[in-house]
Amino acid sequence: MTAAVAIIGAGPAGVRAAEVLVRAGVRPRVFDEGLAAGGRIYQRPPGAFKRSAKELYGLEAAKAERVHNIFAKLEKYLDYRPQTLVWDIAGKTLFTLTGGTAYGTETFEQIIIAPGAVDRVMPLPGWTLPGVTTLGGAQIALKTQGVAIGEKVALVGSGPLLWLLAHQYVQAGAPLAALVDTTSFAAKARASAAMMAGDAATTLKGVYYTATLRLKRIPIHEGAVPVAIRGEERPRELLIKDGKGRDVTIACDAVALGWGLKPETRLADIAGVPFDYDEVQQNWIPVREMSGKTAVQGVYLAGDGARIGGADMAELAGARAAWAVLGERGAFVDEDEVNRLERALKKEAAYRDVLDKLFPFPSEILAGLPEETVLCRCEGVSIAGLKRTCAADAVAMTPLEVNRAKAFTRVGMGRCQGRMCGHTASEILARELKCGVREAGRLRAQPPVKPVPLVPVTTEALT
Amino acid sequence: MTPVETDVVVVGGGGAGCSTAWHLALRNTRVVLLERGLVGGQASGVNYGGVRQQGRDPAELPISARSREIWQKLKSLIGTEAEYVVSGHLKLARNDEEAKDLERYLEVAAGYGLELRYLPEKELKQEFPWLGPKVVAGSYCATDGAANPRLLAPAIARAARDAGADIRQQAEVVDIAHDGDTFTVATKEAVFRAPVLVNTAGYWGGAIAERFGEPAPISSFSPNMAVTEPIPYFIVPNLGVVGGDIYLRQIDRGNVIFGGGRGFGDPERVRSRPSALRTMESFALALELVPQLKGVEVIRSWTGIDGDMPDHIPVVGPSSTTKGLFHAFGFSGHGFQLGPGIGAIMSELVLDGKTPTPIEPLSIGRFAG
Repeated sequence: MTAAVAIIGAGPAGVRAAEVLVRAGVRPRVFDEGLAAGGRIYQRPPGAFKRSAKELYGLEAAKAERVHNIFAKLEKYLDYRPQTLVWDIAGKTLFTLTGGTAYGTETFEQIIIAPGAVDRVMPLPGWTLPGVTTLGGAQIALKTQGVAIGEKVALVGSGPLLWLLAHQYVQAGAPLAALVDTTSFAAKARASAAMMAGDAATTLKGVYYTATLRLKRIPIHEGAVPVAIRGEERPRELLIKDGKGRDVTIACDAVALGWGLKPETRLADIAGVPFDYDEVQQNWIPVREMSGKTAVQGVYLAGDGARIGGADMAELAGARAAWAVLGERGAFVDEDEVNRLERALKKEAAYRDVLDKLFPFPSEILAGLPEETVLCRCEGVSIAGLKRTCAADAVAMTPLEVNRAKAFTRVGMGRCQGRMCGHTASEILARELKCGVREAGRLRAQPPVKPVPLVPVTTEALT
Repeated sequence: MTPVETDVVVVGGGGAGCSTAWHLALRNTRVVLLERGLVGGQASGVNYGGVRQQGRDPAELPISARSREIWQKLKSLIGTEAEYVVSGHLKLARNDEEAKDLERYLEVAAGYGLELRYLPEKELKQEFPWLGPKVVAGSYCATDGAANPRLLAPAIARAARDAGADIRQQAEVVDIAHDGDTFTVATKEAVFRAPVLVNTAGYWGGAIAERFGEPAPISSFSPNMAVTEPIPYFIVPNLGVVGGDIYLRQIDRGNVIFGGGRGFGDPERVRSRPSALRTMESFALALELVPQLKGVEVIRSWTGIDGDMPDHIPVVGPSSTTKGLFHAFGFSGHGFQLGPGIGAIMSELVLDGKTPTPIEPLSIGRFAG
């Protein structure tokens, strides 16, 4: 049986793409790193660990259940491959790893890449201590295992996820030491009118989260600057400068960090999709049309993996990309539906724009970090280590960009392959070289997309 | 455009080209090095990092020995040794046939003063107990080792620049002319005139030779390599095998680097990518050598573009058609160790008209007719 269309990821984008394809009589093959469909946003607890949708997803419960239910109905009409990482792509061939041990290959005619997002983090002195994780990581722990990352947790960063996670912690009865938002209250207040105009329901959710936190008397610092995480075996305290510039020490035993999200783009990169620097989101994103079509024939992108837009937008983009695939295959395309999807996508994008401008990546905080701060945690490269390369060796041997800096310093060369530090390395490089982040470049992806185990593989069976 | 007058133009900023510019500059020669991308960007910068004499074709051994002298002094000469370690090179046999091959090479090496120690299975396993059951013999060269390829060519280029060489990156040569006495070499931004041209352009060196009426049957070669996450350091020697289908070393920070076979190269577009299938084939071959690597995670794979000659040894020496033209290209996947020595030899050919290092077997003339 041929699976002409492959979908990477079974989050909101992948599920909606599959739905459109199945209805058109195409049997897609869906590769999902998860145990069950839903993606990270609507991730379900494993096996026997049962909790209600309301407990798991709060105000998003209805949407989560809808995505789960759609996929449940589709499952017999598609080829679902859970626990499967697609770690390389060459032409029309995918290289897979299932269950962490079984290697395989698959071919496709069209592919919709929808692998979602990763946390965008910034280094801080002490961020490599055990007990420091990302906002997204902390949320997954809560969602899938029902555990908090500590007994006195400090949440640091900016953006909707910061406040959502704080709300979820409070709902779950997990103690919060503080919420530290690097965006000021004033900035949020100024943007609120535009946000209400853009999407009142979503904006009101934010207001609701904020209000419940204030009611519960969670210490909230807005317009604050994180200075350092201190501790020996794990965090003992978080040092910040609050909105008024005063030094504040917050006792805590765990810290979650995050400044929004960035697209998971490694597979698109390896597939040969060109990239551009998105000045609004301050992320490198793969170039695609609104339909999800890219410059590489047969390769389509959808969801946060293409550009951060959130779960609702991912559902729309997944469906839209599926219609584009059907178009390429010469199948019937419902133009009314395509127009409806595009109108909705445009509306969501406008709202997203306001959000993105409200929560910019705090480059100035990054610029003010002590030189000895570890920038690349896999390889132990400090900010000073990166800067030394710019100053002493390489500037006279221009042009230096981040891949060259990687070659010289090992920044982004470790286990995460720059997922955590690549964008901050580019930011620091840009400042040092007095150029834009665009000119400082982005770390190019090399396979595998994520680490894969060295085990004996019978490759004859794969070709 | 007013041409830049110089003594020597070197085309290609890999290890050989950078070292040539450096050695020429040390002898007060005006030299311009033109590199299309960044120095050490292709084969010199993304290779496996083996620094070995063992196993080389006899034709290369004198250059290799010469190069080793420079490697030994690198730190004092250019301020860095590019993570060069003399960790030994252990070439392994996986059956009796391969073991015989190792034995035969002992005599070849002895003829060139290269000291090797043959290790039958029992001694081998005593000394390196982590070797797998398929390995039946080894040949050990204590003076070989490894280095970090990403650092070498740029470090030599900086030394060359400090000695007065004009290093131009992102300077693709778009035209080369020769009027019998002077070469005129044009990039998009500048024109250079010099009585001497050194061709160290790797795979693309073949086209330059062809331009001067001496085509060399070069093909592009993209060695397929990968690296694991760091694990405790235990594999000290750089490992190779008879036949060369797998090579493997561990650096003291813990990562295991291994390679074998070919990835995909597109020299026209200057693009290359590793082959996932070959990477997986290397898994099995690597585990034959060191079974306890099973389950260690591979974090990256890569390749680059090198030039391969039909006899797998490079072209080194003066042109057979054109006065003032010198070649050093087609290192066939094992030029990293040779780079420093090649520079010394090329500078002698250019300035003295001869070199004490025997290079006749590497002449481009071997492909004539």
